Formats: sequence, structure tokens, C-alpha cells
Amino acid sequence: MTEKATQIRFHIRRFNPETDTAPSWQEYQLDVDPGMTVLDGLHQLKHTQDMTLVWRYSCRMGVCGSCGMLINGRPGLACNTQILHVTRTALTLAPLPNFPIIRDLVPDLTEQFLKHRELKPYMIRPDTSEMQHPTGEYYQTPDDLLDYLQFTYCIKCGCCMAACPTLATDPEYAGPQPLAQAYRYSRDSRDMGYADRKPSLTADHGIFSCHYGSECSSVCPKGVDPARAIQLMKRQLVLDYFKLLRKKPPCKTLGPNEHAERKANIPAAPPYTV
Amino acid sequence: MNGLSKWTWHMMAGLGLVAFLSIHMITMHLDLILGWFNPAGGESLDWANVTARGKQAIMPFFYVAFLGLALYHGLYGLRTIIFELGIPKRMARLTTILILIAGIGLFGLGSFAAFHFASVAASTGAIQ
Repeated sequence: MTEKATQIRFHIRRFNPETDTAPSWQEYQLDVDPGMTVLDGLHQLKHTQDMTLVWRYSCRMGVCGSCGMLINGRPGLACNTQILHVTRTALTLAPLPNFPIIRDLVPDLTEQFLKHRELKPYMIRPDTSEMQHPTGEYYQTPDDLLDYLQFTYCIKCGCCMAACPTLATDPEYAGPQPLAQAYRYSRDSRDMGYADRKPSLTADHGIFSCHYGSECSSVCPKGVDPARAIQLMKRQLVLDYFKLLRKKPPCKTLGPNEHAERKANIPAAPPYTV
Repeated sequence: MNGLSKWTWHMMAGLGLVAFLSIHMITMHLDLILGWFNPAGGESLDWANVTARGKQAIMPFFYVAFLGLALYHGLYGLRTIIFELGIPKRMARLTTILILIAGIGLFGLGSFAAFHFASVAASTGAIQ
């Protein structure tokens, strides 16, 4: 026997920059079945009631980070939030705050990506020729990996940026997503780019504008805990300031084992396509 | 100073304030139990104790250090709050300059008062 559908009142913030001067609210009624996500609800509304409704989505399984929105006042992903887990009566949907609105529920994440790029979220090493034409592998222990693994789960959905009270008052603040990723790379035993990231981290509106409100961590749909990453990054910077930071040795490169013999039944790797 | 040193010293000043405020609180409020810095006995605000403390060479330095930490911690915090209101860059620069002038002025005035009090205390009579 299937459970009875619950009637939910949707309040959706609408904004079309071509016709509207300011956002407004629109109301819809929808029968919601158990298990239906906010994204499912939006699809239902678009198919049955209002085809002009706009939002952004892609993977539908909490991986791509496209469908971040304000769900009953809390930033979250529409695809992994079940409506009946949030409400039994009314559901309010709005675009993520702290971002300009492109249309309806679609925030413009450009500023976040620019700040992310500013903090060099990639491996920086002096041996560029080895990086481009590897002769072996960079050695990393499982413990080294655990140091930063949690922070690699970021999907850049912007929920942490939307929840950040500092970013709400200081739009130039780098924000939790880029700062957490700066720590993720600086902590990686294969990376040697800490000194390159330091000027951006310590600049005005940088990491020291964070007041550890921790809202970023409480809303992160992937459990990344950006607030912790920021505090750990601050600790690293302060230890470095007092010359107490232990310099990490450059990680070793493991070349191919010259003495290993290939088993006869293992086929050769296909040629590179890129 | 960049953001790193300003913030680090803001935190260090906070730790220093905890230590100094603890000494202050113990001296002022546990005077009848512990009697720290109360050579004449009795209450810490008795005139005899006040002048006795003033005669100790370390006290003006204690007051000046306490004042410096409090001013730096407080004014840097105030500057951060003002900056987070989202003021334009020129206003931010002006705010920094005004806070710096206010800080130096108050620090100078407070230091003068501390050392002046020490000299007045030194010229008064023995502990009553």
C-alpha cells in the first residue's frame, strides 16, 4: 500500500532580469509523495503548472553541485533534500544568497570561481617537466592522504558561501569554499605551493576575516567542513609566522620498477588519446 | 603589517589580556583572601595599598602593557567590525588612520598617567 501524498504549498522566489526590476514571490500547490526531492518537486511544477520556472541542475545525485538553493531558509542541494524531511506544510525556495541572481533560482557563481582560482587550487611543484611528462609516481602514504581527504569532497555548489555571515557583509572576502581548497592543496604532501598561496591567503579580505561562525560547515552537503580547513590553515600560517612550521620534505618520485617483468597474459595499455 | 601579523598579534593580545585581567581580578576581588599586591593588608582599594603598589617599579610597566594590549585588541576589533559594514576603500583607509591616531593618543595619555601616578606615589609617605 502506498502512503498518501501530502499537499505542500511552494513559495518560490521569481526573478527575470529582462522583465522584472526586483524579485517577487510566487505560490504553487503540489501533492508530494514520500521520497520526493525538492528537485523532483520543481520538475513536477514545471511540467504541470508553470513552464517558465528556472533553476539549474545536472547530475540529480548530489555530485555536480549545480542545484544549490535556499530551502526553507537553509542552503542545500535540491537533489538530495527530501521535501517531507523539511516540511509538512509549506516550502520556501530562493536562490542562494551572497550571489547575484541570473534568473529565478539560478545564482551566478562566477565570483566564487574567480576567488577559487585566485588561491591556486592545483598542484604547484618546481619539477614541471616531471608533471607534464611523468616518469613515475609521486609517493604518498595513506596517512598523508587522510590529512586532506575530507576537503577533496568539495563540489563547489556554493552552499557554504551562501551561509557565510562574513561574506554577507564583506563581498570581497575570499569565502569558505576557496579558502578550504587552498588548505586542501597546501596540505597535500605532493604540493609545494604554500608560499605561492600565502600572499592571497593573508591579504585583506583573506583568511583572517573568518570569525569561525561555522555556518559553512553546518550546511555543506558533502561534509567537507570548510570552517575546520580555515582554522587549520590559520594555524599553519601562524606557526609559519613564528618560524615554528616544520618544513615538509619534498615527496619522493617513484620511477618504474626496472626489474619487474610483465606477466604474459596482461595486455599492453592502449595508446594515449590526449 | 599584513593580515597575518595583525591577526596573530590580535590573538596574542587577547591571551595577554586574559593573563593581565586575571591578575587584576585576583588583586581587586580576592584581596581579603589572597592579599596579592596589598602590602598594607585589608582591602586592595585602601589608599595605603594603592600608594604602596604605585611605589613598586614594575607597576607602571604593568599598567602600560595592560593598556597597550587592551587598546590594540579593542581597536583592531573595532576596525574589523567597521570594515565588515562594507565601507568603500578610501573610507577604510581613513578609518585605519583615525583608529591608529586614537590608539597612539590614548596610549600616550595612559602611559603618562601611569608614570605620573608612580612619581606621585613615590613622593608620598610610607605605608600607613
